[in-house]
Amino acid sequence: MNRTSFLSRVIAIASTAVAIASGVLVLGGYFFTQKADGQVSLLAEIRLTLLSWAIILAGFAIFIGIINLFQVHFKKIRQKQKGSFYSLLLIISLVATFLLGLVTPNQVQKVFTTVQLPVEASLMALLTVTLTYASIRLLRRRLNLLSVIFLVTALLILLGTAPLPFLGDLPVFSDWLRPFIVRVMAAAGARGILLGVALGTLTTGLRILFGADRPYGGNK
Amino acid sequence: MSTWLRLAGFGMVFLSAVLMLLLQLLRRKKISVFRDIPALTRLRQAVGLVVEDGSRLHVSLGHGALTTPQSASALAGLALLRRLADLTSAGDQPPIVTSGDATLAILSQDTLQAVEKFSERAAFDPTAGRLTGLTPFSYAVGAIPAIRDENVSANILMGTFGVEVALLTDAIERENTFVLAGSDNLTAQAVIYASAQEPLIGEEIFATGAYVESGPLHHASLTVQDILRWLIIAVILIGGLLTLVEVL
Repeated sequence: MNRTSFLSRVIAIASTAVAIASGVLVLGGYFFTQKADGQVSLLAEIRLTLLSWAIILAGFAIFIGIINLFQVHFKKIRQKQKGSFYSLLLIISLVATFLLGLVTPNQVQKVFTTVQLPVEASLMALLTVTLTYASIRLLRRRLNLLSVIFLVTALLILLGTAPLPFLGDLPVFSDWLRPFIVRVMAAAGARGILLGVALGTLTTGLRILFGADRPYGGNK
Repeated sequence: MSTWLRLAGFGMVFLSAVLMLLLQLLRRKKISVFRDIPALTRLRQAVGLVVEDGSRLHVSLGHGALTTPQSASALAGLALLRRLADLTSAGDQPPIVTSGDATLAILSQDTLQAVEKFSERAAFDPTAGRLTGLTPFSYAVGAIPAIRDENVSANILMGTFGVEVALLTDAIERENTFVLAGSDNLTAQAVIYASAQEPLIGEEIFATGAYVESGPLHHASLTVQDILRWLIIAVILIGGLLTLVEVL
């Protein structure tokens, strides 16, 4: 084993140990918050400290992420890839917003309320068309009982939610069928799915605590 | 939260941990048999095709921050990425990873770098793991060029998404490429079911590791999930019965 591979192995083992120890301490601090005399436990204090560090690191990560965003689009412009004009626009907007933030920190919020928000709202409106089209294509893509149930339920909910022109609310749909589907059937299904997701979350967390999944450390 | 609830929570986590370790030891040499999830069967074929035709795999990890409870689905996505990056390491091009959270972008770069060390490709490209936007919509719109312009033939969308996932699935549909999508968010699951070619529903996203043979602990964790599910069903039924006879 050469010196470089030995060092990278040591770094991998150390990062795994630090990650597992941090995970165990945070988990322990969540369950054991108080001492027998009612005071805050040491584990709870360590948990809060580690979480504060994580938040600071996440802040730095955003800065690194923005540099990465800049790198990706700069590379596109340099290599004259498809859509490089939009990359140029992105970089100009990024730099302009950054400078505006430095010069007039109180006014920078306007960029979000006058540019970002309207653009995102129009994208949301676009989604109505996208989802309607996707629902129509669903039967062509997967013609089975579940797809039919999905579409019929969506249609019933729409009929019970949106008042029709000149007719207003549809009597049976809006006051009986829609509440029944939403409060009984959909709620039961959603709770079942959420319980499954919670169990999946638990086992994923444990796999990371055991070091079986290591989304850090660099080495295999 | 009351002390009893905390203790019950700790008991559940401890029980799951012990069960996982025991099952891993007991089933180390056994071949696990899983129920068929068509989406995951087709994922293997799609990954094989990526290697054969020299195209790229695109993995999108959503916008769930690591400091929130939504991080688990993204971590499951990262575990899948590691395995898929291994499987495609014989291919001409590394996978592209897009995410809407900076910490996820860094972790995805780290994962890709770890695999690249053992592949015969050129040096690691840090732009292969990228942050495409910091709000859900900017993230989705930023990921669309990767789907459209970078010779991608298979897409995996796994993590926390909202309705904006429809923009991604629509772009993928236009390119006529493979898509496997799953999320921990209920709204996104409904959108994915309607718009994605291969949807994963509920906890299926957490089962992907076991299906792509990521290791014995993944198999054990699936069994633990099943045991806990039966335990919860029993508790709900007993609770219902006790309420019916007015004990609770």
